[in-house]
Amino acid sequence: MRQKSFSSERRRKTVLSVVLAVICIIYVLPVLTVVINSFKQNAFVKSETFAFPNGDSWNGLQNFVKGMTFGNYPFWKSVVFSVLITVASTTLILLFTSMAAWYIARVKSMFCKVIYFLCVFSMVVPFQMVMYTLSKTADKLHLNTPWTIPVVYLGFGAGLAIFMFVGFVKSIPLEIEESAAIDGCGPVRTYFRIVLPMLKPTLISVGILEIMWIWNDYLLPYLVLNINEYRTIPIHIQYLKGSYGTVDLGATMALILLSIIPVIIFYLTCQKHIIKGVAAGAVKG
Amino acid sequence: MNPLKQIWKHPTRRWGLLFLGPVVAAFIIGFVWPFVQGIWLSLCKFRLISDAEFIGFGNFARALEDPSFRHAFWYTALFAGVSLVLINVLAFMVAYLLTQGIKGSNLFRTVFFMPNLIGGIVLGYIWSMIFDGVLSMYSTSILMETKYGFWGLIILMLWQQIGYMMIIYIAGLQAVPEDMLEAAKIDGANRRQTLFRVIIPNVMPSITICTFLSLTNGFKLFDQNMALTAGQPFVIQPDGSSIKTTEMLALNIFNTFYSSNTASPGVGQAKAVLFFILVAGLGLIQLRFTRKREVQQ
Repeated sequence: MRQKSFSSERRRKTVLSVVLAVICIIYVLPVLTVVINSFKQNAFVKSETFAFPNGDSWNGLQNFVKGMTFGNYPFWKSVVFSVLITVASTTLILLFTSMAAWYIARVKSMFCKVIYFLCVFSMVVPFQMVMYTLSKTADKLHLNTPWTIPVVYLGFGAGLAIFMFVGFVKSIPLEIEESAAIDGCGPVRTYFRIVLPMLKPTLISVGILEIMWIWNDYLLPYLVLNINEYRTIPIHIQYLKGSYGTVDLGATMALILLSIIPVIIFYLTCQKHIIKGVAAGAVKG
Repeated sequence: MNPLKQIWKHPTRRWGLLFLGPVVAAFIIGFVWPFVQGIWLSLCKFRLISDAEFIGFGNFARALEDPSFRHAFWYTALFAGVSLVLINVLAFMVAYLLTQGIKGSNLFRTVFFMPNLIGGIVLGYIWSMIFDGVLSMYSTSILMETKYGFWGLIILMLWQQIGYMMIIYIAGLQAVPEDMLEAAKIDGANRRQTLFRVIIPNVMPSITICTFLSLTNGFKLFDQNMALTAGQPFVIQPDGSSIKTTEMLALNIFNTFYSSNTASPGVGQAKAVLFFILVAGLGLIQLRFTRKREVQQ
């Protein structure tokens, strides 16, 4: 009897494994389709989307070569701008919002409470509400270049970051900072030497969320930047497909492939942190 | 006398400018001022911000009368409702399977979550190629029929979001107390009874989070909508205006601001305020739900 239920349990698990494996393969197919089509000539992408490249449709690396200068804009430039904007904005957000959050959590002045309330409030405001006025303001203040747009990201992204940091700082026992103060450590040193190292797990979680947001963001940089000069990867890809006229699907797929490879590598190397960060960020809704 | 107050709080306060200054300045530029100005402009008639002229609620009246906006609202609501149900049911099922101790669970989890990292624009173009590849066999395309656009976007969102919600459900499922499951087993509950009577009541907080998350994601959807169909196919109205049948709210607002021939920023801003009230309202309801549950526990 016992033996029997044991083996039926094993059979059930095997069946489930197979079911999941099948779903898994279906999940990977879209990416695989991108890969095979990035090696095909344009005409064959539409007519033989799901066939492997063959003698007729094979285009070698031509799509990648063409993609580099496709859309009258060098692809490498959009990669550089995407990296620059993502790294600079994330650094700025992590440094300044964690400082502000510590101050808010520890100094409970009226002003701090107002700022905190506004931050929480900003999390429920959709971007469309401010997109027009924000892009005009950014223009006026010359925040419309890849070097200055991090200020806009800091401002619009402050809400979630401060919310998460304040939550974590509140869980740190005050005694540690107190003893530092008694030992003669000033607030700035207390923060950088003692609080900041303790914030590390939250810094990683917030950092991951900000990187994922900014790297993939389309609308904010599209409205703020002068897109003839500065394009990020999403803007570049939208520009290729969105502009009417002849679209070279093969070259577009080559660029899409190039743009998701770093994302997948990033994911596979920091998977644990990413999943943890996403779960932490989700709780706020 | 609290020693902390004396030694610590006082000097820290003096550093407020350093600690708060950068964020407050950026926050005013990036959020507070645009928000306030946005509310003001929704009540104004203008082409450029500098010549805005107060007109009261005229923009709101025009926004609510706009058939394309009303269509976008119902279309978005339908989309959000359908995607909410499908995403949550499927994500829960996958999460449930992945917490059964099956071999390879980690690999499966990795794969299911992966689409989440790909941006909306890129996702849209990947799927528009796939759908067109399938539909071209029937000599049609995703841009030809509203229902193709609708279900196409649903499939896209399932692919992207199931992995995300799955992560939240897995966290919830792993937090179900082991002794409760044990007790259910000893009492002779079968798998179905355990699932519905023990597990689901225990993961209600995760269900609330995921429900609202998928609802607001559905309402706020923009990139995927623009990249997949951009509102096509269009239907010409008797009065000559056209309705973009797969256009959702966010895209409708964007087009009201920026479309080259019919741009009307005042009406756009009024729509944006209405959109904000809708999304913020959903957020508040969610807050109330989660608070209530916290009290109960």
